[in-house]
Amino acid sequence: MASSIRVRAIAKGETTEVQTLIQHPMDSGFIKNDKGEFIPAHFITELTFEHNGRPVFIADWGTAVSKDPYVKFAFKGGAKGDDLKVSWIDNKGGTDSATFKIQ
Amino acid sequence: MATRVGRTGRRLSVRFLLISLASLVVTLLQAPAGADSVDPAAEARAFRDYFLHKFPNVKPDDFVNGPYALNEDMRRQWEEKEQFPPYEFSLENGKELFARPFANGKHYADCFADQGIAIRQNYPQFDAASGKVVTLELALNQCREANGEKAISYTGEDMAALTAYMAYTSRGMPFDIKIPNDPRAIEAYENGKRYFYTRRGQLNFSCATCHVQNPGEHLRAEVLAPALGILNAMPIYRSEWGGMGTTSRRFISCNSQVRGVPLPPQSDEYRDLEYYLSYVSNGLPISGPGSRP
Amino acid sequence: MTTSIGRFPVTRRLVLRGAGFVTLAGFGITSFAPAALAAANDKYPEDAFRQKDGKEAIRLLYGRTAEPSDQIKLDAPEIAENGAVVPISVSTSLPNVTSVAFVVPANPNVLAAYYKIPEGTMPDIANRLKMAKTSSVIALVESGGKLFSAAKEVKVTIGGCGG
Repeated sequence: MASSIRVRAIAKGETTEVQTLIQHPMDSGFIKNDKGEFIPAHFITELTFEHNGRPVFIADWGTAVSKDPYVKFAFKGGAKGDDLKVSWIDNKGGTDSATFKIQ
Repeated sequence: MATRVGRTGRRLSVRFLLISLASLVVTLLQAPAGADSVDPAAEARAFRDYFLHKFPNVKPDDFVNGPYALNEDMRRQWEEKEQFPPYEFSLENGKELFARPFANGKHYADCFADQGIAIRQNYPQFDAASGKVVTLELALNQCREANGEKAISYTGEDMAALTAYMAYTSRGMPFDIKIPNDPRAIEAYENGKRYFYTRRGQLNFSCATCHVQNPGEHLRAEVLAPALGILNAMPIYRSEWGGMGTTSRRFISCNSQVRGVPLPPQSDEYRDLEYYLSYVSNGLPISGPGSRP
Repeated sequence: MTTSIGRFPVTRRLVLRGAGFVTLAGFGITSFAPAALAAANDKYPEDAFRQKDGKEAIRLLYGRTAEPSDQIKLDAPEIAENGAVVPISVSTSLPNVTSVAFVVPANPNVLAAYYKIPEGTMPDIANRLKMAKTSSVIALVESGGKLFSAAKEVKVTIGGCGG
């Protein structure tokens, strides 16, 4: 099973720019299926980025983050080859995690 | 400010539309009726010129970006999304599916010229043996069936993923659709053109009503894409679908949107339509997979 | 502008912040700035994410009201091409930013996202949000213990919440 997490982390001078795309339905609970029944809410609640074990970004998400969510941020420090660990949990207890090398 | 520019642009484009439509009609009338005297190359030039006149500020190659070529605010949203495009997962899936061997050990690559890499711009093709148009989607399923595998859905995610990957390997390469000197090929082109310009559905719209007469305008909330280059971006991730769709899916949804009855995917009419629409975009680069609202 | 703290003397969030610092410090992790620690240890603000009212969500999240600031650059489209995917980004020249949040008052749940910014992370964030209909989008920036905001209206013609 391929990871649900895609990351592009690029060190440019003093800062590292991180872009992430995650495969997740992010169902809001407000949309009906073809039978007219509400699709239960299913969304990532917390997404964490750790650089060499130190948290550099924490996202708390609600139902209004788009399907296959995307987020971009940048932090100081971080060099080519450093580890960036990304992990998420969702409201149903689902979780995924992956470690990427900064480019 | 932007509104004022937009209004002027619209007034101008209405004038261009009339002039260009008139010239298109003249061009079409100049070609006498009868399959033997059809000049697809001249028609494709007239088709392209119509759009270039209608949108003088749009670079020819930019038409493959659909509504984003015509609307600045939408273009910025698209460029932001392209930083990490929503079709990324489908593209990766397509690459995996394409490489996965069939039960007999053969691969998709064995069915295509150049192992299937960078060939998307050559589809659809006219197949002399069957006397019919073969689209890339059809060729993929023919490949499966020739190797003892079941056909996959033309509107499903796997077909979208496979065609996304194949389009990606052809990005930037100009559409190069051939109409061989075969009356059946010309007939297929003519059928496709007829389908494109025929009104249908409860709204009584033809494909051309939206995509030739009114590109850049709003139909309800959507900005209509120009027909020129419209298939270069296939398959597309549509936010409206929340996922990927093939050319087959797009044709079906277009028919539904005008409240017509869609045809089965890869029916002769749709294949001919794809042949016509691809041919008139010859020379414009493949940009698929694309993303659209 | 900080009177609301007086009205709501102890919010859950502030309590958790304090607790987090003490706990982690107790484990001997002292190299982090307090802000980073607090950010890393906050619990998911479930109550705020359930709110239907923008002001109430902000109160639950921060325990105070926000002051408009022209030092916040909020970038959002004038007309969303589709409410299901609206690219929105924010950056700010305000110092010592510890969190950024996005509130969409016309959405069924008004709080969209809450980002904790540890020290060393830039207050420069882009994300993609759903919008049910035309609404203002409010970016909140917590800077040096104060709360600032910027807002922009985004027209939505194709809603991102179904229907």
